[in-house]
Parts: sequence; structure tokens; C-alpha cells
Amino acid sequence: MSTLQENTLPAKQKATRATVHRRLHPTVIVYLALVALLVVGSVLVGLRGEVLLDQNGILNILTRATALGLVAIGQTMVILTGSLDLSVAYLVGLTSLIAAETMAGQDSMVLPGVLLALAVAAGVGLVNGLIITVLKAHAFIATLGVALILRGYLENNYTGPAGDVPRGFQHLGYDRIGPVPIAALLMLAVAALCWWYLTRTRPGYHMYAVGGDIEVARLSGVRTRRTIITAHVLCSVAAGFAGIYLASRLGSGAPYVGTDAGYDLESIAAVVLGGTLLAGGRGGIAGTIGGVLILATLDTTFDALEVDPFFKDVVRGVVLVTAVALYARRMVANRAHGRLS
Amino acid sequence: MTTGTTTSVRLTGITKSFLGVPVLRGVDLELRGGEVHAVMGENGAGKSTLLKVLAGVHRPDGGTIEVDGGEVSFAGPSDAQRAGIAIIHQEFTLLPHRSVAENVYLGREPVRRMQVDRRRMVADTRELLDWLGEDGIDPTDPVSSLSVAQRQVVEIVKALSTDARVLGMDEPTAALADHEVELLYDLVRRLRERGIAILYVSHRMREVFDLSDRITVLKDGQFVTCAPTSELTSEDLVRHMVGRDLGEYYPDRGVADDLGPVRLALRGAGNARVRDLNLEVRAGEIVGLAGLQGSGRSAVARAVFGVEPFTRGSMEVDGVARRVTRPRSAVRLGVALVTEDRKGDGLALRQSVRDNTLLVRRAALRGGRARAKSDVPALLDKVAVVARGEHQEVRFLSGGNQQKVVLAKWLAVEPTVLLVDEPTRGIDVGAKRAVHELLRDLAKRGVAVLMISSELPELIGMSDRILVMHDGALAGELPAGASEGAVMALATGHGVGEVP
Repeated sequence: MSTLQENTLPAKQKATRATVHRRLHPTVIVYLALVALLVVGSVLVGLRGEVLLDQNGILNILTRATALGLVAIGQTMVILTGSLDLSVAYLVGLTSLIAAETMAGQDSMVLPGVLLALAVAAGVGLVNGLIITVLKAHAFIATLGVALILRGYLENNYTGPAGDVPRGFQHLGYDRIGPVPIAALLMLAVAALCWWYLTRTRPGYHMYAVGGDIEVARLSGVRTRRTIITAHVLCSVAAGFAGIYLASRLGSGAPYVGTDAGYDLESIAAVVLGGTLLAGGRGGIAGTIGGVLILATLDTTFDALEVDPFFKDVVRGVVLVTAVALYARRMVANRAHGRLS
Repeated sequence: MTTGTTTSVRLTGITKSFLGVPVLRGVDLELRGGEVHAVMGENGAGKSTLLKVLAGVHRPDGGTIEVDGGEVSFAGPSDAQRAGIAIIHQEFTLLPHRSVAENVYLGREPVRRMQVDRRRMVADTRELLDWLGEDGIDPTDPVSSLSVAQRQVVEIVKALSTDARVLGMDEPTAALADHEVELLYDLVRRLRERGIAILYVSHRMREVFDLSDRITVLKDGQFVTCAPTSELTSEDLVRHMVGRDLGEYYPDRGVADDLGPVRLALRGAGNARVRDLNLEVRAGEIVGLAGLQGSGRSAVARAVFGVEPFTRGSMEVDGVARRVTRPRSAVRLGVALVTEDRKGDGLALRQSVRDNTLLVRRAALRGGRARAKSDVPALLDKVAVVARGEHQEVRFLSGGNQQKVVLAKWLAVEPTVLLVDEPTRGIDVGAKRAVHELLRDLAKRGVAVLMISSELPELIGMSDRILVMHDGALAGELPAGASEGAVMALATGHGVGEVP
């Protein structure tokens, strides 16, 4: 009796597998959307007799993508792990100040400034992680609370830009190879490193597992607390890099450089746009970079078209909601295919 | 059986409470290498908790655990793993988005030059799958593309990959169809021959007698008895478990004269999963729907209920042609569906017993809210739920009590057509019997019941007629009391005469 079954089941299974594989990978869709956007943008800008992707346009897109990219890379890690970080925007401001004030215009203090900023960032990430894992506060509330604390500190101690970045360090923000800023390349290097970490190392595997189902991960012997804390530390360090980069561009630290750009929600939007599940467990860095580039291209195109800011935000909102709705449909379709009666 | 490698585990006086409620009250258990040791007990007797203590998931409040004579203490599942203990949990512990190999080695990924050694992970997984004769599963497949039975195999591979010498299995056959159970038996016996100690928790009497060498019985968190299986009869066992005589009896069937009008009729109905369905269910009868996993038996219930609606043919409820394209319409026509996945689809686990009971009534029917609350005790009483109160969250209830809450939820809207999919999966003898009696009672009151079950004795014991599905279509109909062989023959695509 059992032999009869073995013949019928695998055949059905293979059919199911084929349909799943024929569907495009979400990351591919993100980059197809980016290409489509570049084409449409080029045409629209072209109608005005200008060129979107000239030297300046590319530089513009990549510069916009650098700071947001760094924050979004970190955000990807916490979101994949099933968490969230709303404190990154204030942290970007704080680290820009720490870096610029420590450097105080001296070349010799560049390295200590960078290290101190990163150390403080790591500390904030550790606090976020501990609040979530030990005090068991929901990530949304925990990081919102930390964001409020950081805001309080910034409002009390700063009224505007402070500190001074030495001229030498400003090269980080402005040097470029052709239309490609060095900083954008460094951001992509960080992205590559994090991609490797997530897809090739054990802690990376465990982030996917904890985000996929924390109980399953725990029952399988994964140290879930450590995984969540690591994700938060890495996320905050990534935000610290963004703060240092912005200090180098601005020539000083600025308390609200992160919040003015809305890096907290913007980074989450980029991650989700890049196909990562907000609930965690599925997605990745490659998609996030695609999402960041889409947002940067939208902004650059709108600027070239001199669109009014309200319309700009409406379109960004529509793009985000459409993308998430599309992913949700695909998920449902996949699940229907993967499931036997 | 080699003596050198066998492991013994001894649990002594284990106690464990949750939120002040004692679940284990001094349980002793001894496990030897090369034996299948069954643990039996009613709802909430503490079987699953005991297993989780052994697996390091729960820390006992008191008592000792010894492995090979040395006392151990597990801070977490990884400690238990290191001691050679692996557990296959009742709920699947797999990540659907990750591959088979990634799931098997989750938490123990082999590392080479700072990276996860994916090649080795895949190769080792393939080796274990081959050893089990499961070459239909590819280690790189995402788990979401596998069937329930294949996921079970992955669970077992996951446990084996830890080089476990003690394997705990919690209701391993709960999600399997009959023919897959045979494969699992083979597997368990092979593991035993290798000197592995198997702790086997199951509600199914037949399994326990087929497989186990010794049986330990728990009742209300206490140790009742431990005896070699050969010295026990099923009557003994039931008496130990429930403290009264209660066998695998089924309530009396309906009488043909009592049958009422046709409540549910399908004429040439079909969709992507099922085709050419012609069937009628009358008021007062229980019609069994048999079939292998994937034969479309659950798809029929889902289609009638409007989850994945029929796209062809017609469906009549109480003699009127209806197109049901969403569950809400079905509910309003008096159709109810008890799904096979009570935790996923049947209950809001973090809501109270009362809120769950009133879920459908509040959602689909107008008014009646005031009456609603006062009704709850009567409803819960009818299905005999044992809970600490109406406000207890259902996730804290045992499987049997959860299932009773699901039934209460539907009784609250007085359905006329009741579709039940695996109504007794993973629940104990006492609760099972209660569910059976309830279903028969409802039929007697004029409800048309369509019952799906992969447990053949249950299906045959309960049904007034049996419809058998094969490959998305009805393969035939059998009368009450048909043999298991006849059902299997139809289900596997053979004629009634050619019983294998």
C-alpha cells in the first residue's frame, strides 16, 4: 500500500516546485522597477530638454543614496530579525556631533572621532537590544523611547551645528571617481559586507531564523537574545557611519541632520520597498539597496522636474503602498501553490 | 542492539508549574537505549510538558534529570542537544522561507573559513534523506514547497542530524495520513535497532501497541504506572488514563428512517483542486470523506465554505442553489467549518475562551449581543470545556479543550451543515469520545455532518456513509462499517475488489 503512494506524491510535488520557481525573485523585481523608473524619469526629464543621467544626475542619485543606504542597511538587519529601529534618525544626528566635536578641526583627531562615534552608536544599539530582549518591550516602543531620550539630549545641549571637521576629512564626503562618490562606494562595500554576513555566516542565518519564527529558532538551539542584540548593535553602528559621513559633508555635526531627512521612517520604507518582510525572516540587503536607489532616483527626478513637494510625497507614498501590496499578493499566491489541499 | 552506545535517561520527581498551576507533580520516567517508551495520558496530563522538560525547553521546578547516571541540568534546548537528546515537537518547528538543509542544521550550521559550509550542509542532509529513502525531497527546496508529510520527514532528519541518542516524539502521526504512518513506523523501528531511546507521546492506542516496548501513564501531572506493553491491554490502559472504562467505541449510528431533507448538495462542482463532485448530505447523517493527503478532501470543505470557491457546477444548501464565494456567506447560510488547523485557522489563541466562543456569532450575525454573553456558559457546558474560566486565553488550554472551544464557536450560530476536518487530531481519548458524541448528537438534531479524517477507524466508526476521494475526484462510495482495506483501495485509485 505504501509503495503506491510514493509513486504519486513526488510527481505532484515537482509540479508545485516548478510553479514556485518560475516566479521572479523579489530582488529581481526591485531592480526591474528601478530600471523602469530610470527610463520613465529620463524620458520625462528629456521632454524638458534636459538629461537625467548625466554626470550631475548620477552624482546626485548616489549622494542621496549614501546616507540613507547606510541607515537602511542597518535597518534591514533588525527588520530581518523581526525587530525595528526608530531611534536611527536621532542617532545619526548624535554621531555626527560626536565625530565633529571630537575632531575639533585637527587631523590627528579624525580616527578617535570616528571610533568614539561608532562606540557610542554601538552602545545605543546595545541598549536597544537589551530593552527588547531583557525587558521584553516591543521593539517599536523600546526604540521610540530611546529615540525620545536621544532627542531630549540633543535639544538640551545643542541649538545648531557644532564641532569642526578638518579639511582632510571632508574629502570623504566630496571626493569622487568620475560621477561616482567615494562615499557611495564605501556604502556599497558596507552593503556587500553585510550581505555576506547575512547570507554566509551563522549569525546571519540566525537572524533570518529569529525573524522567521523566534520560537522555532529557540527550540532549535539558536541564542535568540544574542541574535537580536547583535542585529541592533550592527544597525546602530551603520547609523553611526551615516552620521560620520554627514559630518564630513557638512563640515560639522548637526543635531537634526538625521530627523530632517526622516531617516527613521525613510529607512524602513526603503527596506520594505526592497522586498523585505516587515515581520522579518525574508528579504535582504540587495533588495534594500534597490529600494534606496528607487527613492533616491524619485527625488532626483522630481527635483529635475521641479515638482512641488506635496506631489512628491504623494508619489512616494503611492509607490511604497503599491510595492507592499504587490508583494503581499505574491505571498498569498505562493502560499496557495505551496499548500496541498 | 549494541550495549556500548546505549544511553539511559532517568527523570525523578519532576515538578513544574505555570503561573502557579501545577502541570507536573512528581513524575518519574526511565528511558533505555533501544526501546520505544510510550507516554500516555489524557488532556493536560502533562505529557507535552514532560517532553519539553527533557528537551530543555522548560526548566523543572523540582526533581532531577540523569543521563547515563550523571545528573544534568539544561539551561536551554542546546544543552539537551549536547547531551544527545532531540525532540520532534507537536507543532512543526520549521521555517517555511528557508531551505530544507538550512532548517535541518538551524542553530548548528557547519562552519568552514568563517562561512557556513553550505555544500557540506546540503550533502549531509541529502545523505540523511537518502538513508530514510526520501529522495523526493531536495535539501535546497524551501520548506514552504513541501507537503505536511514531507515536513515531518524534515523534522525527523533535523533530530537525527544532532546525532541524538534519545529522541522524543510528540504526536508524530497527528499530521500524517494513514499510509504515511506506516512509513513512520518503519522509521521508528529502524531507530530503535540502532540503539536509540525513543520517548513516544501519542493519543493513538493502536500506534502505542504497535510500536512501544513499555508504557508510562500520566494522569493530572502524576505518575500512574509504567509497565511493559505486552503486559497491558487497551482496556487496562484506558482505565489507568481516565480512571474509568472507555474504549475505542463510537456512538450508535443514525437510523435511515430519521434522515431529513438534503441539506447540502453538489452537482458537477469543481475548482482548481477538485472536479466533478456530485454528492448529497442529508439532515441527520454523518457522511465521511476519506482520501489521502492531497486527494482534495480538505479542498472540498474549503470550497463549500467559500475559502477557495467552486468555479464550476452548482451547490445547493437546503434545496436552494447558492454561490458561496466567501466564508461569511457560508456562515450566513448555516454552514460551519471546523478546520484541520485549529491553532492557525480555528482560534484566536491570545483571546479568551468567551471571545473565541462568540467569534462567529459576533462576526456574522446581527444583534444578539446581549443574549450572547449569557449563552456562553451553556455552550461551554455542552461541549464540556475544562478551563479555569471564561476569561482564560485559549492558548493555555490543552488541544482537546481548544477543539471543544472551536466546536462551541460553531454551535453558537446553530449551523445546519457542519463540515469537520480532522476533528480529533492530536487530542486524547476522553476528548475524542466527547467530540464523537457531540457530532452524533448534532446529526440527530437534524444537522448534516460532513466529516474528514485521515484516521480510518474513526472515519469508519463514525460515518453513516463513506465517500472516498482520489486525485481531486470522488472515487466511490462505501456503506457504513466498510473495511479499511476497501477505503484504502479506493483512495489509492484501485477498484473496490482489488484490496491489496
